[in-house]
Amino acid sequence: MSLLSVENLRVTFPSDQGPVEVVRGLSFELGRERLGIVGESGSGKSMTGRAVMGLIAAPGQVTADKLAFDGTDLRDMSESALRKLRGARMSMILQDPKFSLNPVIRIGAQIEEAMAVHGALTRSQRCARMLDALDAVRIDDPARVARLYPHEVSGGMGQRVMIAMMVVMEPALMIADEPTSALDVSVRGQVLDILDDLVKRRGMGLMLISHDLNMVARWCDRILVMYQGAIVEEIAAGQLYAATHPYTRGLVASLPRIDESRDRLPVLDRTAL
Amino acid sequence: MKRETELTLNRPIAALNFLLTLAVTFLGLLAITFLIGRVVPIDPVLAVVGDRASTETYEAVRLQMGLDDPLIVQFARYVWQVMQGDLGMSVSTGRAVSEDLGRVFPATLEMATLGIIIGVTIGVPMGVFAAARQGKWVDQVIRVIGLAGYAIPAFWLGLVGLVIFYANLRWVGGPGRIDLFLDGMVPPRSGLLLIDSAIDGNWEAFRSALSHIILPATILGFFALAYIARMTRSFMLEQLSQEFITTARVKGVPERLILWRHAFRPIWIQLITVIGLSYAGLLEGSVMIETVFSWPGIGNYLTTALLNADMNAVLGATLVIGAVFVGINKGSDALYRLLDPRARA
Repeated sequence: MSLLSVENLRVTFPSDQGPVEVVRGLSFELGRERLGIVGESGSGKSMTGRAVMGLIAAPGQVTADKLAFDGTDLRDMSESALRKLRGARMSMILQDPKFSLNPVIRIGAQIEEAMAVHGALTRSQRCARMLDALDAVRIDDPARVARLYPHEVSGGMGQRVMIAMMVVMEPALMIADEPTSALDVSVRGQVLDILDDLVKRRGMGLMLISHDLNMVARWCDRILVMYQGAIVEEIAAGQLYAATHPYTRGLVASLPRIDESRDRLPVLDRTAL
Repeated sequence: MKRETELTLNRPIAALNFLLTLAVTFLGLLAITFLIGRVVPIDPVLAVVGDRASTETYEAVRLQMGLDDPLIVQFARYVWQVMQGDLGMSVSTGRAVSEDLGRVFPATLEMATLGIIIGVTIGVPMGVFAAARQGKWVDQVIRVIGLAGYAIPAFWLGLVGLVIFYANLRWVGGPGRIDLFLDGMVPPRSGLLLIDSAIDGNWEAFRSALSHIILPATILGFFALAYIARMTRSFMLEQLSQEFITTARVKGVPERLILWRHAFRPIWIQLITVIGLSYAGLLEGSVMIETVFSWPGIGNYLTTALLNADMNAVLGATLVIGAVFVGINKGSDALYRLLDPRARA
């Protein structure tokens, strides 16, 4: 049985010109695998992740023929039931640790909170697990870092803190929404390595949302290509360069390469779509 | 370790810097009150000798007061006197201005403090609540209450309050700080009647003082509340749209904790500044309320002094109000730096 099963997912926001559909009838299945979702800005990939997490706030509207997580229907779930799932069974890593960590709460306390709100452990158990989680994301001196505030750590370390916070409850589903876009190129690989390792070892299903084709091709098993709120192509990661859909081919062709010389970078030719 | 050594090194320098700016600000304040005293068309000599004094007497007193000295010498003398707590004699009360202020200021302080407590305990939750229900009817009601706080004149609210709650319902005491027959029964310690009567164990006086202060303090609190609730609301809305709020939701944090722990905690430090400013505003701006309620506070004192051309009293009261304003501002500034982890680093 698949971990996440989505059929005909639609996300709509009202606007002055009438309702705008940002996700238009998306369907996909996710098992304990690494699924990449790529697409340009505004293609609805982040909205898909947030809709699955139940984070689309009014006036946004989410509808689906099927939206099931581990066999449970998420569609008519109450906010409090959904809250019990979030953080514990499914989790999400946000883009920029500069903005996604609370600036006035110490790092350790923020990680411990992820456990405390689900109320399973004692205070000392939480503290021990918090330190373990920091250690698992390869932070050298967890006890020292736990006492720091987010502004006192670098972006790469901040994102590792974010990962530690989101995996500490060992969720079954992890959505990573552009987890490396805000980071220096030098630490991107490092952060992805950690994430990949955790996914493999703990058997999580990972949804990696990104606009970086190369990264997704390298780190995922399967890729969904989104364009204007819909999936235009689904391919195995190795076959990205053999993609058939004109949009995917356009995206791939737009990638600049280091071993070629071009006067102008190619752009997506939308007339072909 | 590095951070800690920096802190211990920086702290004395920061403290020195702080005291220096404080001293400069106060010097500026003194310069302003001094210049006001020189600019106003009230002759300080005439105020002492009276209209019918001879030219010789007038001239002698003028020399005695040092008014022929250069302005800068006069200013230095003025600063020296103020530093020794000498604000001159009040022409209208016949007592030292400092002594008068020591008597009237606690009355204002008591009312403003109670007012700001009411304003904060109601205004802050109102603002948080309004932000949490943005655009809903609760938000609209709170907005209208806030607008009323800006629009309604203080004296009108004071008069209407007296008519309803004192004259008609008899729920509260009338004008003044305490019932007449209890006046002077409580030995002054802090000058704050509620505290003094409680220390004395004189609960009859306490009840009377409370019934007198509650209406004007509530009205002051209402004005503070309007401002505090509005600022709290907009600070909260700003925080609630931040990414770390989404992070908290992803973790499964309940909405109540998202409001108070994740959104409110970053702003309560900003709120200290807002609260400090409106507290200072209540301390200096309660002239209307004090007049309506015959409250023997600094606003009333200042008004009386102005009407009697009692310049020493006017300048002394202005100086105290200015000093309170500067003090509260600097205090909330220092508190901000001490409490915000981002400003501390």
